[in-house]
Amino acid sequence: MTQANQTGRLNAIFAALADPTRRAILARLARGEAGVLELAKPFSMSQPAISKHLRVLESAGLISRGRDRQRRPRRLSAQPLAEATNWLERYREFWEGNFQRLDALLDEMKIQQKNRRRSKR
Amino acid sequence: MTEAMGLKVTTPGDREIVLTRVFNAPRHLVFEAFTRPEYLKRWLLGPPGWEMVVCDVAAKVGDRYRYEWRHTDGKQFGTGGVCREFARPGRIVCTELMDGYPTESLVTTVLVEENGKTTLTTTSLFESREIRDMVIKTGMARGVEASYNRLEDLLTAGGVQENSQGASAS
Repeated sequence: MTQANQTGRLNAIFAALADPTRRAILARLARGEAGVLELAKPFSMSQPAISKHLRVLESAGLISRGRDRQRRPRRLSAQPLAEATNWLERYREFWEGNFQRLDALLDEMKIQQKNRRRSKR
Repeated sequence: MTEAMGLKVTTPGDREIVLTRVFNAPRHLVFEAFTRPEYLKRWLLGPPGWEMVVCDVAAKVGDRYRYEWRHTDGKQFGTGGVCREFARPGRIVCTELMDGYPTESLVTTVLVEENGKTTLTTTSLFESREIRDMVIKTGMARGVEASYNRLEDLLTAGGVQENSQGASAS
């Protein structure tokens, strides 16, 4: 995959994940496949509104449709989400490395502060 | 390190990155560590091999700051901006323009102390979703195995703070 393709795909994934309703739909699908009516139930939204959200999730590759023609159940697609969380995880690791060094520094600063207070007494 | 101390990264809106981390120290020390060059140079380094070679800090509203790093292989990276709020020991707001990026972001750092521990929340607000995603993609250290467990974290953590801009299914 080219860098540009991958960037486009990730943008679509992050955009899809930015919406609370769509995250709730994904959380529901994480428990198992479900039809549109079933997915619409917890929200005070019309079926067309839910379908619109489903189309966004589908074009981001986050969900796919099951075989059953009548119910057309949606199910979670593992790969794109894994990709998005992967990027976030790497970003997290980058900062966690910094913050672990900061932990050690703060421990040192606490000891210095204690010593300064003691020497003032 | 306990789970409660671990760093959380969330993307509550489509133009933001939010870092949350608890430090086992009072906030005036965390504030010092974030604002004094002799401290910053010791922890704000990124992956192994990088050294902070320029650390001009802001100390009041209106000050410019500039940070630069150099890798042992010769690569260089820098970032800088202007300080908009400087409220010791709880809040700093700065603009940031990283070298090679087209537009600035607004970075808000908030320190809250409770029982001798400090919770850091850093919110970076970017001009567009594309730039936000670019920043996430460059903040990487090494490949990690895909984990489905993190899906739940991402979904629930992201739900804490909603952004109305992302609410329509366009």
